[in-house]
Amino acid sequence: MIKNIVIAVLAVVVAATGYWGYQQRQAKNSVQIHAENNYQQAFHDLTYQVDLLHDKIGTSLAMNSKKSLSPALADVWRISSQANMDIGHLPLSVLPFNKTEEFLSNVGNFSYKASVRDLEKEPLNGKEYKTLQSLYQQANTIQNELRKVQYQVLKKNLRWIDAEKAMASREEKSDNTIVDGFRAVEEKSVGYSEKSDFDAAYTTMNKKDQNFNHLKGREITKKEAAAIAKKYSGVNKAKSRVTSNKKGSDFEFYSVNLDLPGTKGEVNMDITKKGGYPIWLINTRKIKGSKISLNQAANSAAQFLKSNKFSSLDLYESAQYDNIGIFNFVTNDKGVRIYPDSIRVKVALDNGRIVGFSADDYLQGNKNRKLEKPVVSAQEARKKVNPKLQVMEQRLAYITGNEGSEVLCHEFLGTIGEDTYRIFINAKTGDEEKVEKLQNAEPIYDQMV
Amino acid sequence: MSGIAAIIKKGIIFTIVSFAAVSFTGRAEAFTNQVIQRGASGDDVIELQARLQNIGYYKGKIDGVFGWSTYWALRNFQKSFGLPIDGLAGGSTKNKLVKSSNFNRAFVHEQIRKGNNFTYYGGVPLNQQVKPGGKGKQAARGNGAKKSTTTAVNTPNGFSQNDIQLLANAVYGEARGEPYVGQVAVAAVILNRLESPVFPHSISGVIFEPGAFTAVSDGQIWLTPNQTSKKAVLDAINGWDPTGNALYYFNPETATSRWIWSRPQIKQIGKHIFCK
Repeated sequence: MIKNIVIAVLAVVVAATGYWGYQQRQAKNSVQIHAENNYQQAFHDLTYQVDLLHDKIGTSLAMNSKKSLSPALADVWRISSQANMDIGHLPLSVLPFNKTEEFLSNVGNFSYKASVRDLEKEPLNGKEYKTLQSLYQQANTIQNELRKVQYQVLKKNLRWIDAEKAMASREEKSDNTIVDGFRAVEEKSVGYSEKSDFDAAYTTMNKKDQNFNHLKGREITKKEAAAIAKKYSGVNKAKSRVTSNKKGSDFEFYSVNLDLPGTKGEVNMDITKKGGYPIWLINTRKIKGSKISLNQAANSAAQFLKSNKFSSLDLYESAQYDNIGIFNFVTNDKGVRIYPDSIRVKVALDNGRIVGFSADDYLQGNKNRKLEKPVVSAQEARKKVNPKLQVMEQRLAYITGNEGSEVLCHEFLGTIGEDTYRIFINAKTGDEEKVEKLQNAEPIYDQMV
Repeated sequence: MSGIAAIIKKGIIFTIVSFAAVSFTGRAEAFTNQVIQRGASGDDVIELQARLQNIGYYKGKIDGVFGWSTYWALRNFQKSFGLPIDGLAGGSTKNKLVKSSNFNRAFVHEQIRKGNNFTYYGGVPLNQQVKPGGKGKQAARGNGAKKSTTTAVNTPNGFSQNDIQLLANAVYGEARGEPYVGQVAVAAVILNRLESPVFPHSISGVIFEPGAFTAVSDGQIWLTPNQTSKKAVLDAINGWDPTGNALYYFNPETATSRWIWSRPQIKQIGKHIFCK
């Protein structure tokens, strides 16, 4: 009898201990995940800020006026301090990381002093320009090394907590990539807009709030929406499902889903109720290899737009990603490019058919514009551009300016060294409205590390 | 010693050159028939860059991606040879280029395969233009999955490959069971947050914001993402937003926060409701 009671009590105690242990383990796990997430955030943020830093310094090299250079340098200062803070969050106590921090504070010091100075009275002199250039080079080196570490971290799912333990115990672990990687970053750091700016076709969130109020036409039915989706996707027979938007949307639209017969693919498309305008389309069919050239695909995209009554468009960006080509078109109104009116088309390189397009920005931006006459002539504008820029192309263009409204600009496309820049000079005031450094291809890290 | 080595090296290079000459004389044109335009990548671009470098127009890396520097080099070439300046490598441009430059396919592709840093200027001995790069692991890698020999890739303006990878991790962790469009939508929400003043201003900041995504809180973000989520991320970055500018989404079956129901709902994709 007593024996049984003791057994029962002990069983309860064992179960309770087990449960308590399990709870403790869960709690420890969640604390560890939380700590790991903090480290990961700081690390990925660091690489992002260094990317930005490199970009921003590169852009400021092409600037010419105080009005754009001062804020750009202030940005460089802010980004360098953010990057320095990120390093502070990383468990690098055991690792000497002072050279990289020194580089960042050098960047900070230089950009702070230059940005608060009146650059109109005292512009950057040759020596300072050289300093900026060398900071640009160093930022590039550090960026590359950090990206390599980041590539490894993502590829191998490396955890900072493990690196921290390894560093604390000074044990040589088999895969200590994080520690080794940061040593490499450190070795290479010698001597000394938020979110890298979007391209010219980029429309801000504020602009997006304007929505599709200006579109004309009567309201279409669900049946008509399905027919429109079939027309745009070139699918004749398919089961269609049409749903209406929910109440919280700023505008009324239908979402159409077409099941592609005989495949697992489907077509999804959103269409405005008013007028039946296409907002975006994605076809998820499998793309088998690439048989046609990017150029043929571009022609096919242009043909598609033409046959769907999107007229007078210029192709201004094209890029190949594996088996698809992505093309960015903007309106060309009597030789003036309207960057906010952009349409993106995605073409499958196996047969040249369209597998996606996005007319979101175009529908919001496109309207009958009254083209203004430039007040500042092209020659005058040319003088406002950084004299180091070798101009290759120039034209008139509308872009979304700093205040969020459309502004007429003289656009100059040109090079400084190996980098290509797009510079916009306001055609009314002659101000440097926007300077963009265009992206170069990125090396594949798998082949470098 | 070094004299002998040099002679041997020269001998080898001579053999390679003559081998290349023999094996490619059969072809009238080395390029394929495609018109090569900016943004393209692959073997034709490698040849284009190598030929332009051979006659001094292209000074960048021969990486197989037709970027801006290749574009300007090609236009300068067209300008000085009296061709229409369109930055497209079409029939007549390629013919002119083939006639006026050399291209040693075996040499160039060997350097790329080995991951060497190299140039291909005319009039400079080839062995002086090669610097071993990487750690010599490349030759052993024999990556059968990738046929392409390019050493760089296109990335959308403002995003690196690692940014794309991190986003793909988040999308996979959050929405791997969702239809493709639902995955593009999750990526689009992250990007919309990047633009919004009330969220952090970096990709890492948005993703790791405490409590923002369940996949981050429970560690599912570290599952290895598949190609589908990567493609979805690329679509979102390239301008596809299936959500109608949503900033939030939730699964109505599992959502525990009452607050999320108060957000204005835009639409439902798969299991997720997207809201402002």
